[in-house]
Amino acid sequence: MLIHIKKQRGLIIFWLSMAISQARNIGLPLMNLVRLKGETILRQLQLEEQLLRTSSDNWFIINDGTNTPTIVMGMSGKPVELIELESVLRDRVPVIRRFSGGGTVIVDCGTIFVSFICNKDAVPGLQPYPHPIMSWSGLLYNEVFRGIGDFHLRENDYVFGNRKFGGNAQSITKNRWIHHTSFLWDYDARNMAYLKLPTRAPEYRLVTLLNFTPSEITGSQARGHAEFVCCMKDYLPRSAFIERTVKAVETHFSVRSMQLEAIGTFPDATFSHSTKLLTKQELEAFYSLQFDNSLSESL
Amino acid sequence: MPTIHPTHPFRTDQANIERLTSLLLYLGQPKRGSTEKDNMALRLWASSTANALGVSCASKAHLFPSFSLSRCFSTVLDGLKYATSHEWVKHEGSVATIGITDHAQDHLGEVVFVELPEPGVSVSKGGSFGAVESVKATSDVNSPISGEVIEVNSKLSESPGLINSSPYEEGWMVKLKPSSPSDLESLMGPKDYTKFCEEEDAAH
Repeated sequence: MLIHIKKQRGLIIFWLSMAISQARNIGLPLMNLVRLKGETILRQLQLEEQLLRTSSDNWFIINDGTNTPTIVMGMSGKPVELIELESVLRDRVPVIRRFSGGGTVIVDCGTIFVSFICNKDAVPGLQPYPHPIMSWSGLLYNEVFRGIGDFHLRENDYVFGNRKFGGNAQSITKNRWIHHTSFLWDYDARNMAYLKLPTRAPEYRLVTLLNFTPSEITGSQARGHAEFVCCMKDYLPRSAFIERTVKAVETHFSVRSMQLEAIGTFPDATFSHSTKLLTKQELEAFYSLQFDNSLSESL
Repeated sequence: MPTIHPTHPFRTDQANIERLTSLLLYLGQPKRGSTEKDNMALRLWASSTANALGVSCASKAHLFPSFSLSRCFSTVLDGLKYATSHEWVKHEGSVATIGITDHAQDHLGEVVFVELPEPGVSVSKGGSFGAVESVKATSDVNSPISGEVIEVNSKLSESPGLINSSPYEEGWMVKLKPSSPSDLESLMGPKDYTKFCEEEDAAH
């Protein structure tokens, strides 16, 4: 009899907690969570662009690593300025131009991608412009990294202290926006060598150069990759980052998991992607242009 | 010079004076117990400053430490029509010139790249015809009217910042041959667009 009463009480508590959870979720916008692992970055970006342009749902996409080291430039990226074309061509490193803005990264299995695709009214009070969206994301990740490292949103980057571990990019349409991030779980220094130092660097990347005899500021210089970035693996386990992110999103949205295969319309052959994999011929043309530019400068 | 209505270049009304006063009061960080006389003095100064500047505010002032003066002083020109997605159109005979508004460029930040269509392309009212890149974002630019692209602003490829510095003049983006004259009728005039921006900013 006593066991029966305890079981009844346990069931009541269970159903009450479910009801409270559901009541709490009522009123929260729905967010579809798609978890990927090792998906190619090209396919991920094509999925995101298609969902941004053709879906009316909110999406939260996590891709835990990508198998092939790939260079990804922003919409206006110029290969001559951003990548070491000779070694990229020699080693056949894929180069993608994505549909969103921002800078150039090289991604691989040490990269974790987190993307939010939202209707413009999904976050109450949020104006669909770059800065407000960036600030909102900073607040979200403040929750994720609470108690872990000295996390900040700093000039559009996620940093611990003054070292970057997350780079952001956005694309904003009339009624929707995407904010996507590549997180540096770990990196191979050899891969970083494929990237040039960007001509436009954030202020916090610069170090002041001092001449000590006599003491004066002589200029500033951008920190190299090794001095500028840091790895998330030094701060928390990989799975903990992902679960903490999901938990933070769940406080703002009613999250439901969805399999990639359940997104029936992907890939949509009728949708014209602007995300493109640059061909070998295109890269060779850029390399020739770079060579010609160097030659004309030296003459 | 911008095309401005000859008798009322901009409006300065009591609401704008109140905003300026609020801004000045905030910046001055008045101590507790500041007198009504002090506030009246500031109000008079704000009024004369506003009249001297002759500026129309397109957005409501926000009293936060990160308050931006540029948001209060977004320019809205007479003689143009405006879309809710913050593009403007200037219709002159059989040509319509389109760009993004001062409010839009201010919210987007420094424009570093502009993507424009080729002449000959058809665009639809409300549809995207190009994009601007600013900060880390690409943002669609939508056409307020339907028509055929007859000219694009080639200066923007070398100088995308013209959109920031001169959104209504040198920063124009495309010229269209309109296909449907009635498209213009559903667009906002300067007063309605100013109010729209104020309400949009106030809601966020």
